[in-house]
Amino acid sequence: MQNGDTKHIWKLLDLVPDPEIPVISVVELGVIRDITFADRFFTILITPTYSGCPAVKTFTDDIKKCLKENGIRNFKIKLIYSPAWTTEWMTEKTKKKLKKYGIAPPGETVVCPQCNSKKTQLISQFGATACKAMYKCSDCLEPFEFFKCI
Amino acid sequence: MSNLFKYTLRIADSSLVLGQRMSEWCSKGPTLEEDIALSNIALDLFGQANGFYEYAAELDGSRSKDDLAFKRNEREFFNHQLSEQENGNFGTTTVRNFLHDAFNFLFYTELASSKDEILAALAAKSLKEVKYHLRHSSNWLIRLGDGTNESNLKVQEALDFLWQYTGELFEMDEVDNDMLDNGLGVDNIQLKIKWDELINNTLKKAKLKRPIDGYMATGSRKGIHTEYLGFLLAEMQFLPRAYPDAKW
Repeated sequence: MQNGDTKHIWKLLDLVPDPEIPVISVVELGVIRDITFADRFFTILITPTYSGCPAVKTFTDDIKKCLKENGIRNFKIKLIYSPAWTTEWMTEKTKKKLKKYGIAPPGETVVCPQCNSKKTQLISQFGATACKAMYKCSDCLEPFEFFKCI
Repeated sequence: MSNLFKYTLRIADSSLVLGQRMSEWCSKGPTLEEDIALSNIALDLFGQANGFYEYAAELDGSRSKDDLAFKRNEREFFNHQLSEQENGNFGTTTVRNFLHDAFNFLFYTELASSKDEILAALAAKSLKEVKYHLRHSSNWLIRLGDGTNESNLKVQEALDFLWQYTGELFEMDEVDNDMLDNGLGVDNIQLKIKWDELINNTLKKAKLKRPIDGYMATGSRKGIHTEYLGFLLAEMQFLPRAYPDAKW
C-alpha cells in the first residue's frame, strides 16, 4: 500500500468490530476520527469513547492486526482527545444495529428494544461497560441496556 | 519544573487517588448495581488521570506516566486531601465524592477554555464523565439525606467531618496564579462562588445542614497530606516497586 488510498483503509477498519458490542464496527462507533497519508505513512487518529474505556487497548490491537493481515505495515495510530467523542456521531443505521442487538440506542427517549414501549425506567445509571446504563421496560418487564448519550 | 507541569500533575494526582479509593469499593458495593457504578467511576477517574499524566510526562521529559504514578512518595503527591480521605461507610463516600464532583464539574468547565490546547481537550473530555458522576453522587446524597433518620444522621456526620477538606480546593498559590495570569488555569476564587451555590442547592434538597466554616486543612499543594495517603500509595505502588520489570 504505497499509493495512499485512505478509502481502502476506512473499508478495512469497518471490518474491525467493537470489542464490547461486536455488531458494530469501530468506524460506526465513531472512534476512528481521521485517516491521512503523508511521507508514505498512514496516520490513523483514534479517540476513546470514555477516558478509562479498557476497550481502547483492545481495538487498537485489533486495528493493527487487521491492517497487518491485509499487508499494510506503513501506518501509525495516534490517540487524540479533542473533539471529545459523542454519541451524536452515531448514524441511524448504526442505531438500528444496536437496537436489533438488544441495546437501546442513544436518544432523548429510552425505547425498549424488545417491545418498542416508551414506558421504561432507569435501574442504574451505570452498566456493564462505561458507555451503557441499565433500564427496565414497564410493559414487557424485560431489563435492557441503554447506550448513554454523551 | 514548569508551573504547567506542576498544575497538570496536581489534577492527575487527584484523579488517580480518588480513583484508587473508588476501586476499593469493587466487590463491596451495597448492591450489585451500585458496585458496578462505583467501579465505573473508578475507571473514569483512572482514565482521566492517565490523560493528565501522559501530558505531565511529556512536559517533564525524563519520567514516564507510570513513573509519575508509581515511583513518587507521599510528599511528592499533590492531590487534594479530600480525595485521599477513607471511604468510610457508603454515606461517607457519597459525601466525599459529591463535594469533589461538584468542584471537578465547575473546574473542568472553566479549564475547557484554557489557552493550553491539551489541558482544554482533557478537561472537555473529563467534563462529560464528571457531569455523570455529579448526578450520581447528588442523587444519592438527596436519597440518603432525605431518607431515614439513620441515613440522614450518617451523611450529616460525614459532611461535618469532611467539610474541613473543602477549603484547600479553592486556594491559589504561585502556580495557580501564574497559570491564571497566562490564561491557562482556573480562577479558584470565582469558582468558590459557583460551588457554594451548587452545594447549597443540593444540601437543601437533601435536608442537610451546611457546616459552619471552621478549621480548614491545607498543604496538599506543598505535598502535605493526612495519614491516609501513605497507606493508599503503599498498596497501589507495591507491585511496580517490588517488580519493576513487571508488564501489565
